[in-house]
Amino acid sequence: MTLPPLLWVTAFLLAPYLLMFCYSFWSVSPTQSIVHSWNLDNYAQLLRVDVYWQTLLRSMWIAARVTVFSLLLGYPLAYFLSFYTEKKKDLLYQLVIIPLWVSYLVRAYAWKTILGSDGVLNTLLQYVHLTKHPLEFLLYSPFAVVLTLTHIYTPFAFLPIYAALEHIPRNLVEASHDLGATPGQTFWKVIFPLSIPGVLAGATFAFVLSLGDFLAPLLLGGPSGIMISNIVVSLFGAAYNWPLGAAISLCMLLLVVSLLFFSERLEKKWSFS
Amino acid sequence: MTAVRDAVAGILCRPLLRIRNVAKNFGKNKVLRNISLDVAEGEFLTILGESGSGKTTLLRIIAGFESASAGEVWMGDERLDRQPPYRRRVNTVFQHYALFPHLTVEQNVAYGLRVAKRPEAEISSRVAEALEKVKMSVHAKSKPSKISGGQQQRVALARALVNRPRLLLLDEPLSALDANLRRQMQVELKSLQREVGISFIFVTHDQEEAMVMSDRIALLRSGELEQVATPREIYGRPSTAYAAQFIGHTNLLKGEVRAGVSRCGPLTWQTSLPDGPVLFSLRPENVRLGAENTVLSDGVRVRGKVLHQAFHGATELIRVDCGDGLVMVVRTSGSGGALDTVDLEFSAADAVLVRESPERI
Repeated sequence: MTLPPLLWVTAFLLAPYLLMFCYSFWSVSPTQSIVHSWNLDNYAQLLRVDVYWQTLLRSMWIAARVTVFSLLLGYPLAYFLSFYTEKKKDLLYQLVIIPLWVSYLVRAYAWKTILGSDGVLNTLLQYVHLTKHPLEFLLYSPFAVVLTLTHIYTPFAFLPIYAALEHIPRNLVEASHDLGATPGQTFWKVIFPLSIPGVLAGATFAFVLSLGDFLAPLLLGGPSGIMISNIVVSLFGAAYNWPLGAAISLCMLLLVVSLLFFSERLEKKWSFS
Repeated sequence: MTAVRDAVAGILCRPLLRIRNVAKNFGKNKVLRNISLDVAEGEFLTILGESGSGKTTLLRIIAGFESASAGEVWMGDERLDRQPPYRRRVNTVFQHYALFPHLTVEQNVAYGLRVAKRPEAEISSRVAEALEKVKMSVHAKSKPSKISGGQQQRVALARALVNRPRLLLLDEPLSALDANLRRQMQVELKSLQREVGISFIFVTHDQEEAMVMSDRIALLRSGELEQVATPREIYGRPSTAYAAQFIGHTNLLKGEVRAGVSRCGPLTWQTSLPDGPVLFSLRPENVRLGAENTVLSDGVRVRGKVLHQAFHGATELIRVDCGDGLVMVVRTSGSGGALDTVDLEFSAADAVLVRESPERI
C-alpha cells in the first residue's frame, strides 16, 4: 500500500533533488557540455562574483518587505473578519480568497497597466496636475515588485492568521474584559499572543513564496528589481550553466528549509491546545 | 425620629444589586421577560432553571456581555447596564473556566491586577494570598493545560476573587466536575463565600446544588421568575406547581373546594379556602405509611395499592394507587420489605396550595 506513494516521491521529488545536488558539483566545458568531474567551483563562484550574493541579499530584502506588508494588511483584515463580522463573514472570506483563483499573470499585468508611464496611475496624477511627467520609479523597480508580490501573497498571510484567530475561544476575550482589561489591553495580552502561530505561518508563507518568485521581477522589476530566481532561470536557459544554477538553487533550498524548520519550532512554542 | 431611623435602615439594607424589569429578546425569541430581582450585600443567590430558561443570559447581562433589551441594572447608585464589562466591579467564573492558556496559573490570577496597573509588590502578595486561599500555591508556575479540571476551577475562582469584586458571578462552575468533587466544591465554595463576604450569584440547573449552597434561590422558567425565596421556603411553601415539581419530588393534588371542603379524588378535608378549583403540592415525606390509628388532628387518610417501590438507601419511594386516578408518592425511611395494600395519612396543613404553571413558549 505504501509502495506507490513512495515510488512517486522518489521519482518526482528525491531523484530530481539528488540530480540537482550532483549537478551543483559538476561544471560546463568551453564547448558547452556538462563535465561530470566533481569540484566546488560553482560554490566558490557564488561567493566570489558579487552579482550572485548581492541578488540573493536583495531578494531576501524584497521578500522581507513583502512579508511585513502582507502581515500589516492580512492581520487587521483577519482580525476584523474574525471578530467584527457575523452574517457577512463567509461572503467576506470568499472575497479574500477569490483573487487566489485569478491567474498570477493577469494580476501581474494588471499592475503593469496601473504603474506604467502611460498607466492608470500616472495618467491620473498628470490629469489632476500633481505631476508634470510620468513617475518613472513606479514600474520596473523593486517598488513595483514589492507592491505586486504583497498583493499576491497577502491572502497567504491572511489565511493562517484568520484560522488562528477563529480558534481563540471567545470566552477568553470575555474573561479578559471581565477582569477589567480594555479592548486594547485584551488584544495585546490575549488575542495577539494566541494568534502568534498563525502570524508565524503567514509570515513563512509570504517570505518563502516571494523569495522564490521570478515572474513579478521579470514583468515589473526591470534591471534594478532582478531577483535570484531570475538568475537561476537564465542559468538553466540562455546562459546554459546548469551546474551553477543548481548550486544557487541548492543554497536557496537550504535557506528555505532551515527557515521552515525554525518557524515550525517557534509555532510549537507558541501554541497552546 | 422614625423617619430618620427608616432612612438609615433604608441605606443599610439597600441591596447591592437591583435588577429592574429586565427583558432580553434575541430576534423574536423572548429569552427574558420582566425580571426584577435584588441581591443583598454578602448574599449567596442562586439562579436556578432548566437549560433554555434564560439563566445564563441574565448572568451575562449583569456581567455586561449582553445588553438588556429593556430594564435597568443598578449597583448601589451606579447604573451598571450602561457600563462596558471592564468597568464593572463584577467578576465572573466561567462555565469552562476560560483560563488564559498562554499564561501560568500565577499570571492568570495576576491578570486583573496587572491590567489595573497595581504596583508589582502588591500584585505578587495578593496573588500569593489568593492562591493560598484556594490551595493552589504549589501549581503557581504551571500552565492551565497541566492541571486538572477541579484545579482549574480553583484558579478561575482565585483569578476572580483577587480583584475583590463587589459581586461574583458563577456560571455553572461545577457542571464539568464529577459527582464527588462537585459535592466537595459545593462545601468549599460556600465556606469561601462566607469567609470573603462577597455577594455571589450562582447559576445552575441542579436543584440539589442550589438547595445546599444558597441563601436564596431565584427559580427561572422560560424567561420569567417563578419564585424567589430561601431554600427552605421554596421547598416547604412552593408558590407554583412548577416550583414544587422542580425542587424535590412532590404530589400534585388537583381538585376543588366547595363549601369549606377540599376534594381531590378520593381525598377530602376541611378547609377555609374559598370555593373554586385548587391545586395542592404534598411532599412525599409528609405522607405517613401504615396509619391505622390516627395521630394527627387534621389527618387525611386513604387506602391504596402499592404500584412500585424504589429503594434509595436511607429512604424508599413508594408509588401508591389510591383509586379515582390518584397516584401518590410516599417517602419512608424503609418499609422493611414488599408491600401490597397500605394505609396513608398526611396532615392537611402539609398540602400547600400552589398556582398552576401555564405552558409558556
